[in-house]
Amino acid sequence: MREFNYARADSTRQAVSTHGRNDQAAYLAGGTTLLDLVKIDIMRPEQVVDINRLDLGGIETLDDGRVRIGALVTNTALARDERIQRDYAVLSEALLSGATTQLRNKATTAGNVMQRVRCPYFRDGVSSCNKREPGSGCAAIEGHNRSVHAVLGTSEHCIATHPSDMCVAMAAIGATITVEGPDGRREIDFLDFHLLPNDTPEREHNLKPGELITHVTLAAPLENSRSGYLKLRDRASYQFALASSAVIVTLDGDTIVEARVALGGVGTKPWRAFDAEKALKGQQISEATFKRAAEIALQGATPYAHNAFKIPLGQQAIVRNLTTLTA
Amino acid sequence: MSDSIIGAGPKRIDGQRKVTGEAPYAADHHPDNMAYGYGIFSTIARGTVTGLELDAARQSPGVIDIFHHGHFPELHRSPASMPQGNKVEETRLPFEDNHVHYEGQFVALVVADTFENARAAARKVVVSYQADDNAIANLDQGVKAHGTKKGGDNHERGDAAGSFDGAAHSIDVTYTTPVETHNPMEMHASVASWEGDRLTIYESSQGVVQQRGALSKIFGIPQEHIRVESPFIGSGFGSKLWMWPHAVAASAAARETGRPVQLVVPREQMFTTTGHRPETRQRMRLATDDSGRLVSLRHESINTTSFTDQYVETCGSVTKSLYSCPNLLVSHETTQVNRGTPTSMRAPGAAPGLFALESAIDEMAHEAGVDPLEFRLNNYADRDESQDLDFSSNHIREATQKAAEQFGWHDRNPEIGSMREGHEIIGYGMAACNWEAIKRECEARVSLRADGTAHVTCATQDIGTGTYTIVAQTVSDITGLPLEKITVRLGDTSYPAGPVSGGSWTTATTLPAVAAATREAIEELKGYATSKKGDFADVDSDSLTFENGQLTHDGQGVDYVDVLKGQRLASADGHAHTQGADDRYSYRSFGAHFVEVRWDPGISNLRVSRVVSAIDVGRVINSMTARNQVEGAIVMGLGMAHFEATDYDARNARPVNNNYAEYVVPVHADQPPEVDVILLDYPDLEFNEFGARGIGEIGITGMAAAVANAVYHATGKRIRDLPIFKEKLMENVPEVQSA
Ligand SMILES: Cc1cc2nc3c(=O)[nH]c(=O)nc-3n(C[C@H](O)[C@H](O)[C@H](O)COP(=O)(O)OP(=O)(O)OC[C@H]3O[C@@H](n4cnc5c(N)ncnc54)[C@H](O)[C@@H]3O)c2cc1C
Ligand code: SF4
Repeated sequence: MREFNYARADSTRQAVSTHGRNDQAAYLAGGTTLLDLVKIDIMRPEQVVDINRLDLGGIETLDDGRVRIGALVTNTALARDERIQRDYAVLSEALLSGATTQLRNKATTAGNVMQRVRCPYFRDGVSSCNKREPGSGCAAIEGHNRSVHAVLGTSEHCIATHPSDMCVAMAAIGATITVEGPDGRREIDFLDFHLLPNDTPEREHNLKPGELITHVTLAAPLENSRSGYLKLRDRASYQFALASSAVIVTLDGDTIVEARVALGGVGTKPWRAFDAEKALKGQQISEATFKRAAEIALQGATPYAHNAFKIPLGQQAIVRNLTTLTA
Repeated sequence: MSDSIIGAGPKRIDGQRKVTGEAPYAADHHPDNMAYGYGIFSTIARGTVTGLELDAARQSPGVIDIFHHGHFPELHRSPASMPQGNKVEETRLPFEDNHVHYEGQFVALVVADTFENARAAARKVVVSYQADDNAIANLDQGVKAHGTKKGGDNHERGDAAGSFDGAAHSIDVTYTTPVETHNPMEMHASVASWEGDRLTIYESSQGVVQQRGALSKIFGIPQEHIRVESPFIGSGFGSKLWMWPHAVAASAAARETGRPVQLVVPREQMFTTTGHRPETRQRMRLATDDSGRLVSLRHESINTTSFTDQYVETCGSVTKSLYSCPNLLVSHETTQVNRGTPTSMRAPGAAPGLFALESAIDEMAHEAGVDPLEFRLNNYADRDESQDLDFSSNHIREATQKAAEQFGWHDRNPEIGSMREGHEIIGYGMAACNWEAIKRECEARVSLRADGTAHVTCATQDIGTGTYTIVAQTVSDITGLPLEKITVRLGDTSYPAGPVSGGSWTTATTLPAVAAATREAIEELKGYATSKKGDFADVDSDSLTFENGQLTHDGQGVDYVDVLKGQRLASADGHAHTQGADDRYSYRSFGAHFVEVRWDPGISNLRVSRVVSAIDVGRVINSMTARNQVEGAIVMGLGMAHFEATDYDARNARPVNNNYAEYVVPVHADQPPEVDVILLDYPDLEFNEFGARGIGEIGITGMAAAVANAVYHATGKRIRDLPIFKEKLMENVPEVQSA
């Protein structure tokens, strides 16, 4: 391992000032992404700022009904929280579908938002990869691109999926991310947080140098809604999604009053499918309606040599999820 | 022989040490002053190393030395002969020259005072290459570029081509299987240290004796100067049968630096430089007469091998004798690709071979309009037609019928896609399984000690399968001593030579030697007892019996401990050297798998929901570890069917999914809710006194075919290319022009 400076912060302010605007510094939360990538020499921070002592481990319901989650709440704690299980089943299910128990016990909310892509060409340290080495090209586009590559939101510069399950649920729920940085505190809408690769795949999110995520605040739950997360993959556990859907619906009898749909495993960022939602709103529940919405959600998708199946698979993830939730 | 302990299911005697972390694995050894090696591995698959920039690495903290083709002692190659006891799969030595034959090949080795320092320095080494753009990435490219070369183990009888033409029913189909990587939990590791010209090496090895022989040849020193120790192994699946380049690198580095050196192979290189199951392409041509009897069977396979060595995956080995067929051809060929050298992986040859054979039998049955179960019962061979020998013992019909009954095969509606439950379509499939029974030469030593214990040594290994335990059971059975009083030591070349732990031959090979050594020890004890000063001074030693730790004559018993103590002796010892199998019979194990799959077309999800397997491996020595072997092999077979494949980038032959997250093997959630293993337990006394044929590998054979056949029954899709990924079963997958 390359040597790096390690500092442990006791307060948010101290964390931010230790980190500074240094783009060679990194916050350390659970370490399941950071240390993994340090060990394989893909991330090479010179300064690591351990934030695990910060007081960001709580989950609280705000007066306006929103739920504020501290950056350090672990994936396990969040998934098992009673409010989350009751009001945001989709989030609890998404979290529990991710990784393994051991990883979820370490992984934090902010770390999950910030996790890096699983593209093997990114991780091998050798192949051309615009994310790792801007301008070097993208080995995945004409290489192996079956499981962790996207069909939505891709560009000719990068096609890696954002691998998170949790973020897909958050994209459907709606959330804001609170950050604290050298220039103070600000809020970022969850859907604006992750960036499409376009021609700058090395820029993955909207944080400015040195900004620390302190909270993720979920929009108030939709009243009388039902929600669920459906993750499709090869094996039954411990694999990133080939395609997944987060769906929230409210019904009036057989009519869909409100629907929120987001997709995982198919997009270069957690993918909110607004057009599909429009196609559902006000409709009677029926397989045909679901199928049409699913087709709309995947419209314009670009298949690559090995991942074309993700287009029908993504549609299936939506249709089955809706079918189950409205049954 | 009392039946109480042989066949019972006592827990592994080494289990507690393993689960408490007390059992030392190779890399747990830290001799004084030990240094750490870290490899630099080729990032191209074909070409030459043209330069190494080492300055930055040399100045990195803790660095002791950096080895590479320009700085490495001159060594010799091993003849790589199993009979000579020096087999390796990859004969090329590390750092032999500047040629690169595969990605992940050692190009340099940093030795430093800590693991972290070694790794940090390794990352500072800059290697320049002259890459050859014609790296051969896969079997198709290999065959196109330079064709194939003949492999061994071929067989021909009758006129397979002539009888195919004009037969009533025939099929001509081709199957492929991808590279699979063993991926045992414990990575390959060596800890090498020298004292003068004597080498001691701790290795995660399935064959310490062969490794000692190979090291002796490579370093040009007598075998007696080398000790290879491998007391515990975090599994191997075949990848640790033969020594790989890292062990040579570690040993040489230790000698050159004058310090013990530990070298652990990183997970990514477990995909490159320690073997794998090669890719295969298998053409199957089968024909039957009107009544569905096989009249022609051809199994022609090609597998990939490296540019350094020829490894033949004997896909047709089982085909020669499983079915009765007068006209038969089995041929094996290889083609060179830029990958490391392949090696045996659990049931080499048979695992990919029976995917093809048992899928083809299913297709043939279908073509001939016969139920696949009936088809097999009609065509199973009653004797080994390839060797013109009787089987020593063969209960495949009973195995097939028993498993079928337990599974409920007869409730199967043969119509495709006709069985449904909820969203899921249910498919039933079956396949035969088969594995050769092998027995090798073996030595063992047993001491009956004055402290009331027995001590057993043999330089075979326990690779997690339970060898320690069944050896103790054997001694217990003969002496009547309880298992707690028996210590077993394996995995050390200072013990009497034992077999490689592979080929499912450890049980059949080791137990007879241990039994003979135990009896020798008892004979020695009887000699002491009947000597002048003995407890039975005037008795003929043949009339003494040994039971429950006592020598007995005419109803009068003396504890063996007292016999020894009476003469101030420490122990009575026996040493035995037993021979391999004879050729009076064809010795094989048999069985059948029945599999239920569920395909949910609405979410394109396939799962294996039920498995019933009946296995005929002769006598079962330990019912718990035996069952564990078959269940484990079934799950591994399910992984082979469903998930496993090492992907290589077709442009440059680099493995892509070289880690545990992206190389998909089954996890707990994939275990079928019901796995039912029936062990027939008919002793094969022609094979050895225990009647045991060995059980490690047979369970994986046929599994992939049983799954594929069940998938066909559910979906109507014949998947001839493993693994059975969901996209192969989905409709409406858009076509993409490959760039
Ligand atoms: C083998 C494996 C399988 C996995 N499978 C899945 C899966 O199926 N589904 C899934 O969703 N995820 C999966 N994951 C990813 C896992 O969820 C993430 O690694 C985890 O959520 C990261 O959280 P962490 O706290 O460990 O982050 P860290 O590793 O500590 O940090 C990750 C990144 O975020 C930065 N960071 C951390 N905290 C903050 C903060 N407060 N503000 C700003 N930046 C911050 C760090 O500097 C670093 O760049 C898997 C991971 C592994 C290793
Ligand atoms: S897909 Fe993105 S991460 Fe992968 S190689 Fe291309 S640029 Fe790099």
